[in-house]
Amino acid sequence: MSEHKIEMVLNGHSHRGAAEGRRTLCDYLRQDAGCTGVHVGCEHGVCGACTVRVDGQAVRSCLMLAVQADGCTVTTVEGLAAADGTLHPVQQAMQDEFALQCGFCTPGVVITLATLTDVPEKPSEAALLAAMSGHICRCTGYQGIRRAIRRLAGEATGERA
Amino acid sequence: MNETTPIAAGRFIGQRMPRKEDPRLLTGRGTFVDDISFPGMLHVAFVRSPIARGKITGIDLSVARGMPGVHAVYTAADLAKIKVTPLSFFLTPSEVEVPLLATDHVAYAGDPVVLIVADDRYLAEDAASVVTVDYEEEDPVVSLADARNGALVHPGTESNVSAAMGLDEDEDGEALLAGAAHLINRTVIHQRISQSPMETRGIVVSKQGAGELLVHITCQSPHMIARYLTIALGMPEYSIRVLAKDVGGSFGLKNTPWREELAVIAAALLLGRPLKWIEDRLENLISANQAREQEMTMRVGFDGQGKLLAARGEYSSNNGAYPQGADANVAVHMFMWAAYKIPYYSFYTQGWYSNTVGLAAYRGPWALESLIREAMLDIAARQLGIDPVEIRRRNLVTLADQPTATTMGIPLEDITPAECLEKLLTVLDIDAFRREQAAARQEGRHLGLGIATYIEPTGSAGSMPVMTGELAQLRVEPTGKVTATMSTHSQGHGTQTTMAQVIADRLGVPYEDVTVFEGDSAHGGFGPGAAGSRQGVIGGGASLKAAGLLQQKVKTLAAHLLNANVEDVSLEGGVIHVAGSPEMTRSLRQIAEIAYGEPARLPPGFEAGLEAQYRYTPPPMTFTSAAHGCIVEVDIETGFVKILRWISSEDCGNVINPAVVEGQIAGGLAQAIGMVLLEEAGYDARGNPIAVTFKDYLLPAISDVPDFEYVHASTPSQSEGGFRGVGEGGAIIGPPTLFNAIADALSPFGEVPLTLPLTPTRLLEVIEGRSMTSVAHAPAPVAPVVTEVAPAPVAAPAPPAAPARVDGLWKMVMASPMGGQEMKGRLATEGTTLTGTLLSDQGNQDFAGSIEGNRLKWEMKVTKPVSLTLKYDLVVEGDSISGKVKMGMFGTAKLTGERLE
Repeated sequence: MSEHKIEMVLNGHSHRGAAEGRRTLCDYLRQDAGCTGVHVGCEHGVCGACTVRVDGQAVRSCLMLAVQADGCTVTTVEGLAAADGTLHPVQQAMQDEFALQCGFCTPGVVITLATLTDVPEKPSEAALLAAMSGHICRCTGYQGIRRAIRRLAGEATGERA
Repeated sequence: MNETTPIAAGRFIGQRMPRKEDPRLLTGRGTFVDDISFPGMLHVAFVRSPIARGKITGIDLSVARGMPGVHAVYTAADLAKIKVTPLSFFLTPSEVEVPLLATDHVAYAGDPVVLIVADDRYLAEDAASVVTVDYEEEDPVVSLADARNGALVHPGTESNVSAAMGLDEDEDGEALLAGAAHLINRTVIHQRISQSPMETRGIVVSKQGAGELLVHITCQSPHMIARYLTIALGMPEYSIRVLAKDVGGSFGLKNTPWREELAVIAAALLLGRPLKWIEDRLENLISANQAREQEMTMRVGFDGQGKLLAARGEYSSNNGAYPQGADANVAVHMFMWAAYKIPYYSFYTQGWYSNTVGLAAYRGPWALESLIREAMLDIAARQLGIDPVEIRRRNLVTLADQPTATTMGIPLEDITPAECLEKLLTVLDIDAFRREQAAARQEGRHLGLGIATYIEPTGSAGSMPVMTGELAQLRVEPTGKVTATMSTHSQGHGTQTTMAQVIADRLGVPYEDVTVFEGDSAHGGFGPGAAGSRQGVIGGGASLKAAGLLQQKVKTLAAHLLNANVEDVSLEGGVIHVAGSPEMTRSLRQIAEIAYGEPARLPPGFEAGLEAQYRYTPPPMTFTSAAHGCIVEVDIETGFVKILRWISSEDCGNVINPAVVEGQIAGGLAQAIGMVLLEEAGYDARGNPIAVTFKDYLLPAISDVPDFEYVHASTPSQSEGGFRGVGEGGAIIGPPTLFNAIADALSPFGEVPLTLPLTPTRLLEVIEGRSMTSVAHAPAPVAPVVTEVAPAPVAAPAPPAAPARVDGLWKMVMASPMGGQEMKGRLATEGTTLTGTLLSDQGNQDFAGSIEGNRLKWEMKVTKPVSLTLKYDLVVEGDSISGKVKMGMFGTAKLTGERLE
């Protein structure tokens, strides 16, 4: 197997490494770059847990090879909170709205919602819900995630209780 | 709408406190099993059987062994050097031998045959791909129908019945049913479910020198795993430590380790290197044990007013080849009518072996009772022309009826399903809905309303050896901060949050000052973990008791140091006050520093430090009650179901954290929606799994789950703190609620069959009145009564033809809920008096009874697994003995045996 050099900006820092051509981006990020917040749930692109941001796009790191990220800017869930520990608005909304239980799917959900909301014009609730339909959460029944989405879309939460 | 009633103090109990787990999980700083690694660690992959059943005629490992990066290639013969005995959740050996790797034959598609150890998982899978296994394929036993009629799954067993209980014939019940004004007879077919936690199974094992085994495993309780491994490995020379900080969901799957995890441990012991195995999703969907796949036929008799008279249930479950518990799910019957007034219920229940992956638990393993009962109540209501609410009002046990006991003898003191139903109706206007439904039907739109009620046993303790109390160990540290080491464990439950709320509330310290540690078998004490909606009830009670003891200790010391009366000392917000003397106010840290560091200042006899612990054992069962209502619209063109509204009216006692409680209910309801509409982990006729990715195994997405509404009733329970469990309820009450709504919507077209999942195809069959299901996938028509493979004779009331010889020593086996119980009995007769002694591994017990002809009767009190009076009713014929044993709430068990002397 051939080894390929990889350079990327990973969570704001320059990163250099090497990987075999067949190594997936998720395995590279977890095992070679130490970003264990990237969670691997299905390895076939359905569950969304492994979602990371590559050059501004939310991508499934289980369906991308590490070598394809050469030269890219990559953000994982570890790279979202501010240096002083202040949570990203998506993380804060999810904590406030009890949007997680076991937390395994959470990194992917956070990256997708952060990628869509880190723009000057807030996306609609419908757009965020449509994006969320590509993530599977087995614990929460999506109640808190939907409330967080309503907040992030700039609308009142739908919490009835 | 939120009617939560916090208990007295309520500073933190009853509040929506932010979860302590969230900051690390939201920032990717959790510690799941795949986040653990050791220097020199190697990786495991398995070679698995591609066929469901066959003999292994050859294995060629030569190419794999020679590949670079491969350290070991093990077969069953290699692993046999390490003796490991897989155990059930009750820590008993399996009824059939469970090999870690397949030996001479494979028993399901996915059966592990070879274990590869390599430098990384890529290389391990490369090597697995070049192992050649030759099979002589055989016809597999796949479905329940196959199990009843096909070849033996385990040669050497008498039949494919893995466990059976109850009466296969019941004349008393038949007479009652025959006399009923209305008799309803239905069969439910529940599909096989994959628990599908987002984190698959996984283990990292490291042999630490000669004497210590360190195991990181995704599980439901590290203490339970340590106890299990100690027995399963039987290696007293090893101290075993099990760790699991964060677990990505479990839902019953990770109760105990199973073949793969145990094989990895055996391999690590053989090789002496740390090993990691992380199950991939394909493996999880084909080889992690699964759940449900049940069939049940129920006959229910009603009087002319719709009151329940009698019922009879016959249940079978497909337990696969190597079930984690080969049981016949007697709990289905124990709780079938527990919330209803019914004079008579009898059952026959069986588990069956097949060439499929084994049975494990899934949230509310007995939930089929609620599905079949609540669906049939609605069917009866339609047939009798009674409103679905009214038929429940006529039959539910109300608070005014209690204390009472269920038909099976379970005491009821404070269940509230009837009261939850009335509360539900305060927010769900049924008359308004019926008008809306009628108007919609005029427009060709089909709305439906489903109602269901139930009770659930939670916080179980003391009834089975593994279902213990929970331990809370608390310290006020010298810093004044509070540390709790708990026997509880979270797979998403948020026990670090809820236990901290309880402790802070009772102790009188800020919530932020309390840190809860769990997830390490070396710390705290034994607890079986999240099983049976128990941790809030029992862990919460333990936390309350320990915090009360610790507060008393703080007050005693403060009173001594401040020369005050202990009654005048209070602890609020982490500050110690003396009534009327504000100048004596002290921080907890000031008192704690003295408690640890200045023994000379302590009162006589005062134990230094500020530590307390309590192991709390609650009453045997704490019931949670609920009534749910759901409104759906079924598109009659496509067969798609849209859920428009869902209201949960539940009574889980005093609520520790409403957001956590609602999260548990919502999660269970989402899983219920998956069971009713989407999920199916089935097999084709050759035993090939038909759902092997999340593209085939359809889990509910955000678009499938509506906003849930909650009404909390909060009747305090008898347990410490008044808590009731809530973890499983949504998955139990959800399926009948949704089923009833769909059945109501489609009632103009006909009856919706009780066959899950209700895919659009199945619903279009009802709507269009024709069958579109292909023959290959059609569920086999269910024979109403099972054809017994090896029936045991049941005591017949007829007098004997000739006197029988009873005196002597008999060997007997009783089919109990925990499996076959073997015993010997020495019997002696004198006239109509029978005396004897039963000898079992539980000890010897004398009894006295009566004999009439060849029929023997006696009663015995036992205390294990719970206090029960066992009523034996046996018949001797020649050198064989058989009959039944009434076991109180566990129903009736069969007994068979033969003469030894």
